[in-house]
Amino acid sequence: MIRLEHVYWLMGALAGGVAYVNARDATNPRRWNNAAFWGLYAITFLAGSTIPHFASGCLVIAMVLVASIRKLGQTSRESQSVAQRDASAARFGNRLFIPALTIPAVTLLGSYVLKSLQVGGAPLVDPKQVTQIALALGALAGLVVGMLMLRPPLSAPLHEARRLWDAVGWAAILPQMLAALGALFATAGVGKVVATLAERWLPLGSPLAAVVTYTVGMALFTMIMGNAFAAFPVMTAGIGLPLIMTRFGGDVTIMAAVGMLSGFCGTLMTPMAANYNIVPAALLELPDEYAVIKAQIPTALLLLAANTAIMYAFVYR
Amino acid sequence: MLTLIGILIVVAGFAARLNPLLVVTVAGLATGLASGLGPVEVVTAFGKAFTESRYVAIVWLVLPVIGLLERAGLKERARTVIAGIPAATAGRVLMIYFAVRQVTAALGLISLGGHAQMVRPLVAPMAEGAAENEFGPVPSKTRFRIRAHAAAADNVAVFFGEDIFIAIGSILLIKGFLEQNGITVEPGRLALWAIPTAIVAWLIHNVRLVLLDRSIRLEMSSAPSQAEPTHPDGASA
Repeated sequence: MIRLEHVYWLMGALAGGVAYVNARDATNPRRWNNAAFWGLYAITFLAGSTIPHFASGCLVIAMVLVASIRKLGQTSRESQSVAQRDASAARFGNRLFIPALTIPAVTLLGSYVLKSLQVGGAPLVDPKQVTQIALALGALAGLVVGMLMLRPPLSAPLHEARRLWDAVGWAAILPQMLAALGALFATAGVGKVVATLAERWLPLGSPLAAVVTYTVGMALFTMIMGNAFAAFPVMTAGIGLPLIMTRFGGDVTIMAAVGMLSGFCGTLMTPMAANYNIVPAALLELPDEYAVIKAQIPTALLLLAANTAIMYAFVYR
Repeated sequence: MLTLIGILIVVAGFAARLNPLLVVTVAGLATGLASGLGPVEVVTAFGKAFTESRYVAIVWLVLPVIGLLERAGLKERARTVIAGIPAATAGRVLMIYFAVRQVTAALGLISLGGHAQMVRPLVAPMAEGAAENEFGPVPSKTRFRIRAHAAAADNVAVFFGEDIFIAIGSILLIKGFLEQNGITVEPGRLALWAIPTAIVAWLIHNVRLVLLDRSIRLEMSSAPSQAEPTHPDGASA
């Protein structure tokens, strides 16, 4: 059976390869920092499931120290000049889109087909992990198609992955770090403390106040936790169910659906939702790491107001 | 009350623009210690959560092929294709992507987009290419703004599209949570009530993209001389 563990070996190989290419690149003054960072990351994939969690925690802290105190660098070298890329673009034309579109095509196909495939009575892929495994297969399929079509040197994919991953830099592990922070918040009961505070201090005396508190609270709490899924149970148990539903007789379906979407408005405005907001800024090589958030704030605020209006207009009918 | 120290550290750290990795680590350690865990337990909890969330990193497996295609001129090709469409503007390119992304997400096809797979190699270069097509070389400030909007379009479209699909994670979470509280809701009705917000999101964001085009036009006409001749790959300059 193919499990996530196998995909992690692949990730480990990629991170290890990127560490190796970095170590050999004398044009990057910080090459040893980069090599250490990606090398440690490779270990978390290759050995993470077998070594004690305490050891993983130490690896993570070492990565953080390398990235924040020692700092990562980037090579200045592009493998191909602009003229070479223009010539290649002219030569391959729209065929260049084929490998890029292979990724989503195979991912989609995989997520439907793999669920039902069986080998010798056992499922081929762990049913709970189909989506992630399909994405990995999509990436591999795209790579195979790309290699066959373009016929670059065999080391090219690794060198190019290194170029992109170094451009992303430390932001690459921020989503995982935030997941870890979220877990610690949950252990410490941060959500409950915030909800208690909200209940004590907020004006909830009228149906409108309850709706506003719920939608704005969902957005704010999502901003703190980085994830609407973490905010929803806390806010709904604290304000939604007791006030909007029980006390003022609101419709629970409308409340929950629009409440969750109010949380999504918060997701658009917070660096804590790193994989949506900080990682893309790094991936697009924007000098301002908050540039994506800034582009989203007006939409998010208007939409939060709209959600509040929608909920108030329909929830008490 | 001491449990909230982590939130305080995060807010202060992000506001002071310290390295987010460091801020998050310190906030996590402080929260753990404040809640009565020992140092070893806190590091263990950190390692455990980091290890268990490795799946979010799988998207990076697309980097080799995306990098390979960029090396072969994918971004340049994306720009050329857009240059063949005179009506294309940065805002309009993003409007089309937004509509496609939102509709496909509503049908449950969430993997049809994404920042690494679509925005960096295709959408952002097309939007930039459209602006270049219209005005010639664009200053990097404008280029960066277009890129940020490309990422924003992907996020807004998928967030306010996916909830219309009944088997999506958030609908299942709502249903599960309410069931724990003894309330049964129909996923179909939850999805239905995502539609008004989806329509408003589409309206708001389209207006913003029209305004983006307008502000780019204004910028380019007021200060054409400031357009520094940039390398087509602006950021590396």
